[in-house]
Amino acid sequence: MGLIVHLALQALEMAIALAAAPLLTGFVRKVKARLQRRAGPPVLQVYRDLARLVAKEAVVPEDSSWLFRASPYAIFAATWVAAALVPEFATNLQFSWSGDLIVIVALLGSARFFQMLAALDSGTAFGGIGASREAMLASLAEPAMLMIVFTVALVAGTSQLSTIATYMHSGAEGLRLSLALGLVALVMVGLTETGRFPVDNPATHLELTMVHEAMVLEYSGRHLALIELAGAMRLLLYMSLIACIFAPFGIAPPGAGPASLALGLLSYAGKLGAGAVALAGFETTIAKMRVFRIPNFVGAALMLGLLGTLLLFMSASL
Amino acid sequence: MTAALLLCALAWLALGAAGAALSRRDAGRIVVYGGSLGVSLIALGVALASLGGEARGITLPLGLPGIGMRFAVDPLSAAFLVLVDLGAAAASLYALGYGRHEAEPWRVLPFYPVFLAAMNLVVIAADAYGFLLFWELMSLASWALVMADHTRAETRQAGFVYLLMASAGTLLLLLAFGLLAGPHGEYGFASIAAAHRVRWAGAAVMLLALLGAGSKAGLVPLHVWLPRAHPAAPSHVSALMSGVMTKVAVYAFIRIAFDLAGPAAWWWGLVVLAAGAVSAVLGVLQALLEDDVKTVLAYSTIENIGLIFAGLGLALAFRADGLALAASLALTAALFHAFNHMLFKSTLFFGAGAIQHGAGTRRLSELGGLIHRMKVSAVPMLVAAMAIAALPPLNGFASEWLLLQAVLLSPSLPQFGLKLAVPAAGALLALAASFASACLVRLYGMAYLGRPRSTAAATAHEADGMSRAAMIGLASLCVLFGLMPTLVLSHLAPVARELTGISLPARPGWSALTLLPVPARQSSYDPLLIALFIAVTGGLAALGLHRFGSRALRRAVPWGCGFLTEGSAALPAGAQYSPAGFSQPIRRVFATTLFRARDEVTMPPPGTTAPARFASRITDPAWDGGALGLAALVGRAADRANRLQFLTIRRYLAMVFVTLLILLATVALWA
Repeated sequence: MGLIVHLALQALEMAIALAAAPLLTGFVRKVKARLQRRAGPPVLQVYRDLARLVAKEAVVPEDSSWLFRASPYAIFAATWVAAALVPEFATNLQFSWSGDLIVIVALLGSARFFQMLAALDSGTAFGGIGASREAMLASLAEPAMLMIVFTVALVAGTSQLSTIATYMHSGAEGLRLSLALGLVALVMVGLTETGRFPVDNPATHLELTMVHEAMVLEYSGRHLALIELAGAMRLLLYMSLIACIFAPFGIAPPGAGPASLALGLLSYAGKLGAGAVALAGFETTIAKMRVFRIPNFVGAALMLGLLGTLLLFMSASL
Repeated sequence: MTAALLLCALAWLALGAAGAALSRRDAGRIVVYGGSLGVSLIALGVALASLGGEARGITLPLGLPGIGMRFAVDPLSAAFLVLVDLGAAAASLYALGYGRHEAEPWRVLPFYPVFLAAMNLVVIAADAYGFLLFWELMSLASWALVMADHTRAETRQAGFVYLLMASAGTLLLLLAFGLLAGPHGEYGFASIAAAHRVRWAGAAVMLLALLGAGSKAGLVPLHVWLPRAHPAAPSHVSALMSGVMTKVAVYAFIRIAFDLAGPAAWWWGLVVLAAGAVSAVLGVLQALLEDDVKTVLAYSTIENIGLIFAGLGLALAFRADGLALAASLALTAALFHAFNHMLFKSTLFFGAGAIQHGAGTRRLSELGGLIHRMKVSAVPMLVAAMAIAALPPLNGFASEWLLLQAVLLSPSLPQFGLKLAVPAAGALLALAASFASACLVRLYGMAYLGRPRSTAAATAHEADGMSRAAMIGLASLCVLFGLMPTLVLSHLAPVARELTGISLPARPGWSALTLLPVPARQSSYDPLLIALFIAVTGGLAALGLHRFGSRALRRAVPWGCGFLTEGSAALPAGAQYSPAGFSQPIRRVFATTLFRARDEVTMPPPGTTAPARFASRITDPAWDGGALGLAALVGRAADRANRLQFLTIRRYLAMVFVTLLILLATVALWA
């Protein structure tokens, strides 16, 4: 009986990652539109878009290979597994030990690897430009993310995300300088990796500025639906990650009862909502950067992460 | 066991002789490579059998008079023997097919088995004399193989610089062993390890070994010969040099620094860690800027050697501070990565050979779309590229994960210098990992994906069956050891116990498949489960979409911004990104100061229709200043010494006399 409950909770975690991601993206769009005094599309518009894409035929470039068609599935699967490894409403789920924070970063790296390969396989200039820019961004964003992982793992004494969340939830840590630096860096990396302002514009198709959109330009139909869904899950992943490390209140401990789980779900929804409002507000007040200014932005995240790690190496109390 | 390995070495030497005799006939190739494959498999079996066993030695009445030549196989030797012989077996299998295309087989066949024998003998040698002798034999055999295509000027230059660096490296190792042997001239490893020596001597030995073995392994800035010599050799030899010979150098460093040099000071680890981390970043950054497939792979070898040495540096530091479990973890990670690198780098070099033969060019800017014409070999290449880019759930990620776990243990190191250096090194390793991913995307994407950039690439053909079998075999091992890393780790436990006194805790039953290096810290990674999850979610997505969505698929010409090919609906190949264009952002951000990367655009004057020209230059200070300067210096010294060849007999006699006097005086003063 216990095992069934555990498996059901793990399945619920995976289902939330999949089902709530488009809602989150739609909500961010709606809040952003309202902030700009537009009516904006309905919150559920993302689901409709996905359904429409799934029903359409897929068009692939003439000279592309099987890799172009297989990549969306790989991107989707890697992102989904990574998102499901981040504790959402409860810690220590059945399979939480199968990967730590480094594995999550690497799974996102795998998704990016296939995204770039598929972009090159399309055989167009846009695919190349997107992959090339993504490679430059990732070359700084990935080490920055690992430095944040180091900072958090050194504070909590483990890189296992469930254990980190439990530790942070226990309130053993007060305000710490290294964690503050890590939080700022994580937000910057999250903005970069999810293709938001000021790094990328999720709504543009302007060739001078686009990064992620350039890579997926040749995708259509069900392939595009998978990639869009993976993009939405990536946003959800970064918000859950920030929530479970830096705002773990309400998260259900291992072996919690139904009441505690309900509280966990409610607080998780609240955290996502707050994150979406904050993101929309931030995006409304800031302009997009020039492509060659972005390395400064991501490089700053890397330096902050490195500083956080260095502080912890110097003194365990900073 | 040791005797069986010596017999294997003897068999290889005999094969070398056979290769010299039969080199002009087709049978020569089959005898040499087939024989090498058989002998490698036997040696591999012997090495596997002696993995957990006790060290047993054997002394042959060869070498220095009265001392003999000692051989022994302890866990460290056995682990590296497995690596060497697995790589040798795969390369021999590959060469059975690939060797058919050799233009001048008599320049390869006699030296190939000798090279294999020398690498085996270095690893089982148990005294300084034998070690240096076989080390030099390994260098010379590989030099002869590099010079197989001696008609090209670049090959000759690469061969010359390689010879210089190899000699310098051997000289440094000779000095290291001179210090180790001490005043009593104890050359056996057992007595060297047991001897007590002053602290500065141990430190000097470690530094000499780092320079001597590091120049063979390709540590920056002693790496300059490597990306020129490795690609010049035939592809199966390139695979052996990059995948296996660099690991023999790693073995030499471990043997000297961990086993022979005695107790380490904490700063040894710092030096090795810094050298490794810097090599990792600079190596892979240069790999991103190169156009030749094999040169890219050779630079990537420098990166991986850097990762291995970073792990060894951490292990040295942990061991010096008495943190045995952490030392064991770092050492195991380094050894596991060395093994993994042999697997995927050999596969990649095999693939590069297939490209070179199939498409007739190795330049990325002339390739493209090979996945359509080399359908089978494109798959193991993709697996190897993913493994070397450290993507889960493959083996490269498993070893890098262990290495990062070791970095996370290092705040417990007491020294201030290490506390500052380890996070910086960690950041460099992370930077190298992300560059590696970009580098492999560029390599695979430009060579195999998109549309062909030349007619040579458009008419490429698939590699032969033997080559494909070798590639598929190694790539399957990449997957297997990625999914079940404990298969390798459990065999590395005796090595860790030998060198750090403790091995990683083993866990019973199914839980053994989960990596949990330090139980108290709860950081775990279960590759099998992650792979299962990815397969299930990807499969579910495919199933659901094809069941409930549209299954229609249409092929169409993508919009190419108005560029069209004359007389056809297809896009011109030139509309794609070029390899240089792909790395331009990274070149601009990172290489402008490090490698003085400069882009020059020459625009025609207004009104003329001449094309604009674009040129991109990078300078490697280690090559232009270091290696070419050294080569010029040696050249000048040789010119000076050349005069000694044209003296009168009277002067020669006078010189002999003076030399004799000096020798006698030295002996008289010494005694």
